[in-house]
Amino acid sequence: MPEPLLAATGLVKTFGQVQALDGAAFTVHPGEVVALVGDNGAGKSTLVKTLVGAITPDAGEILLDGHPVGFAGPREAQAAGIETVYQDLALAADLDAAANLFLGREQLRGGLLGALGVLDKRAMRRRAVQAFAELGVELKELDAPVATLSGGQRQSVAIARSVAWASRVVFMDEPTAALGVVQRERVLDLIRRVRDRGVSVVLISHNMPEVLSVADRVEVLRLGRRVARFTAAQTSLEELVAAMTGALTHEEGDTP
Amino acid sequence: MTVLRALLRRTRGQNTLWTFLVLLALVAVFSALRPNAFATVFELRSIATESAILVLLAVGQTFVIVTAGIDLSVGSVLIFSGVVSAKVMGALGTGPQSGWGVIAAGAAAGAGAGLGWGALNGLLVAKAKVPPLIVTLGTLGMALGIAQILTHGVDEGDVPTRLTDSLGSGSLLGIPWLVVIAVLVAAGAAATLALTRFGRYTLAVGSNTEAAQRVGIRVDRHLVKVYALSGLLAGLAGVLNLAHFSSTTLTSGTQDNLNAIAAVVLGGTSLFGGSGSVIGTVIGVFIPAVLQSGFTILQVQSFWQTVAVGAVLVLAVWSDQLRRRRRQR
Repeated sequence: MPEPLLAATGLVKTFGQVQALDGAAFTVHPGEVVALVGDNGAGKSTLVKTLVGAITPDAGEILLDGHPVGFAGPREAQAAGIETVYQDLALAADLDAAANLFLGREQLRGGLLGALGVLDKRAMRRRAVQAFAELGVELKELDAPVATLSGGQRQSVAIARSVAWASRVVFMDEPTAALGVVQRERVLDLIRRVRDRGVSVVLISHNMPEVLSVADRVEVLRLGRRVARFTAAQTSLEELVAAMTGALTHEEGDTP
Repeated sequence: MTVLRALLRRTRGQNTLWTFLVLLALVAVFSALRPNAFATVFELRSIATESAILVLLAVGQTFVIVTAGIDLSVGSVLIFSGVVSAKVMGALGTGPQSGWGVIAAGAAAGAGAGLGWGALNGLLVAKAKVPPLIVTLGTLGMALGIAQILTHGVDEGDVPTRLTDSLGSGSLLGIPWLVVIAVLVAAGAAATLALTRFGRYTLAVGSNTEAAQRVGIRVDRHLVKVYALSGLLAGLAGVLNLAHFSSTTLTSGTQDNLNAIAAVVLGGTSLFGGSGSVIGTVIGVFIPAVLQSGFTILQVQSFWQTVAVGAVLVLAVWSDQLRRRRRQR
């Protein structure tokens, strides 16, 4: 078994009376799609926020390449090559796709103009075209505000943005939740392409058939703990649901 | 053909173009009706001069509205800055004969006073999370009140003649100084909004604050800068106002904030934030000015100008609404 890319153990997080994480564990291997599933309130969102630096856990350890890390904020996680695609997209709807791709990471012109904060729009556009092409994202108009794009295209822009900057892991929170059948299929293809480029994907989803079709492994969270791990090819819908509802606990392969 | 269609599709969504066409149509109508009175260099010059100070206020307002905020305080900050400027010049100088050093100090004090009010607005909006409408309504009252307290409600009039003769009513190569300054400020602001990172962040904050925050933009700090910019331009406008009218004009300017907001909205900047243009705002300043001048020349009661601008304003926001609804799918 290769060394995990990201390994969290014993994560604890309490909000007031609510114990969101109760010794949770999670593992991401290099170049895989791993699905994180669990019923509502299982702690998925809190776990993800903890792993991407948006929340500081009360206890527990996160190892990146075997070294303990403590991200003080999403920026630090991003610097380590960890990106997040949020459920609500988090795009600036009035800006175009290239502007969104570079939001917060704008490239400036050289020399005096750069010192004045003038953007290098041409270079950013060129890189955006390249980034979208690499992922097979087709946008009719690169200069249109993303608000005018379809839901699937917007999701593709959001994913492309994360992938463009992520060198290690992309977390995707329900990336297909608001999409139609065709668009959903496209996003799943996109996820596979991201993995094929060597970037691991953590997929949070409620859609079990989707999870089984795209994920290499599945980790199940229940009441703030990891209760089961499966290889996607060797499990079934019934097994996943049983694990989510607590009827089954199951650990495959290595034990934490 | 396809290029033309693409161009059409893009311009259909752009309110700025429509506003510009409206302005052209107004100018054409008035010119046709009274070619000898309206379409003259003198009339153009006087419209531009009378609009110059409002251009400064409206340009600052554009940045604020692009962030989905509002700055009601600009008119009062203008008066306040004029008072501070006049007080400083009065204290340091020798009345109307004061030299350039005194004038520079007074102008700096006026601009600084504006910057101060703007920064206060920004801090209250960004850090204290008080809605911009309330913050700037509060500073509107405070700035005007303190200006009146400082002057005991009596206009200061001892403005150095060097200032009034140059910036106030003088010209550079036949172009009034007020117009020169307004053009420079508008050009700089247009480039800043459209081409720089500051402009990009302004648009992003107005479009989706949450998204801007998540990608690491310091939203609160940026908002402070934007409101400070609006205040600074209002302060500068106060100095120019003082130079132009040789008075602190305590009782005028109550409509300035609304006129500035109207100009911004007429110019195609969305009240909901996220999109806008400085060029549009400048056009938006000129529509009421041209109407005013045209009505005066046609001997129509100029009060109709307020009615017409009010109606056009509502139409402009309505069309922005329709545009937003159309693109949601």
